[in-house]
Amino acid sequence: MHEYSIVQALIDQVEAVAASNGGGAVHHIYVKLGDLAGVDSDLLQTAYETFRAGTGCDGASLTIERVPAQWTCPRCFVPFQRGAVLHCSNCDEPARLAVGDEILLQRIEMEVP
Amino acid sequence: MCQDCGCGDPDVVPIDVQHRILAKNDATAEHNREHFLDDGILCVNLMGSPGAGKTAVLEATARACGDARRFAALAGDLATDHDAERLRVAGIRSRAITTGQACHLDAALVHRSLHHFDLAGVDYLFIENVGNLVCPAVYDLGQAVNVVALSVTEGEDKPLKYPTMFRKADLVLLTKTDLLRHLPHVRVEKIHDALARVMPVPSVIALSALDDSGFGEWLAWLETKRAELEVPEIA
Repeated sequence: MHEYSIVQALIDQVEAVAASNGGGAVHHIYVKLGDLAGVDSDLLQTAYETFRAGTGCDGASLTIERVPAQWTCPRCFVPFQRGAVLHCSNCDEPARLAVGDEILLQRIEMEVP
Repeated sequence: MCQDCGCGDPDVVPIDVQHRILAKNDATAEHNREHFLDDGILCVNLMGSPGAGKTAVLEATARACGDARRFAALAGDLATDHDAERLRVAGIRSRAITTGQACHLDAALVHRSLHHFDLAGVDYLFIENVGNLVCPAVYDLGQAVNVVALSVTEGEDKPLKYPTMFRKADLVLLTKTDLLRHLPHVRVEKIHDALARVMPVPSVIALSALDDSGFGEWLAWLETKRAELEVPEIA
């Protein structure tokens, strides 16, 4: 259940961003989560709802955008099907993960003076 | 203040951040990494399921290497220091990190342990992570390489079930190969095939801590990785 420690890091970061932008109330948080990030989005949402009370995120709802993993050949850029061997037989190159491992605070919506 | 209708409500505006949520852990990990590089130490983050044979691999590594290299280990464990004690008996300078209920080590836990751990003269530091194939994969500790122990009894499709862990592995140690003669249904080639679908550059060494087979190749791999360290030159 490392999702709880990720939520703690998320709340710390949101509080810091809010403080450096005037300290107004935060209304919404947008997070991007790759399918290969090793973080479960449902557990992250549950952990967030559990821990946000009494923090700078108390009144802020959380939206998580899932990003499917996408492997491509670094030479010919052909995408790999899910579950395929991660080697491009045309170019003899190992695949590269283009997207899908991010754990990112994208943006927040907050009150400004 | 809302300028549109004079209602008195504050304006709500978007603030673009685009910041890695684990940035603080990553910064501490980078700090740990600099310490290891300064001291010319190859730090190995050894991960795997509970019972995959991580501690047995390290015991056998010390046995196979003899006095040629000096090893140290931080052993992550939920509740005991048994692994650290086993490693001490095997001649490895070791310290337990007891995590309580935490399912993984993070860079700050490692950093705090380093303050109480003498690494003078050490060539290799193994961080034996908490037995778990999910959470440890998420946290950079400052290691140079990730190694995952996978025992032959765990199921041929284990890599497909835990792709994040195996994607991050620089090397998979296929452990307990001495048991294969009792496991006619286990096909090693299926394990290799599963790894090729989650690791772009699959790298596997088959080992047995019981008969010490494979440890020559494993020690050679460690030596190669240590030689590749870019140790800062002293002015």
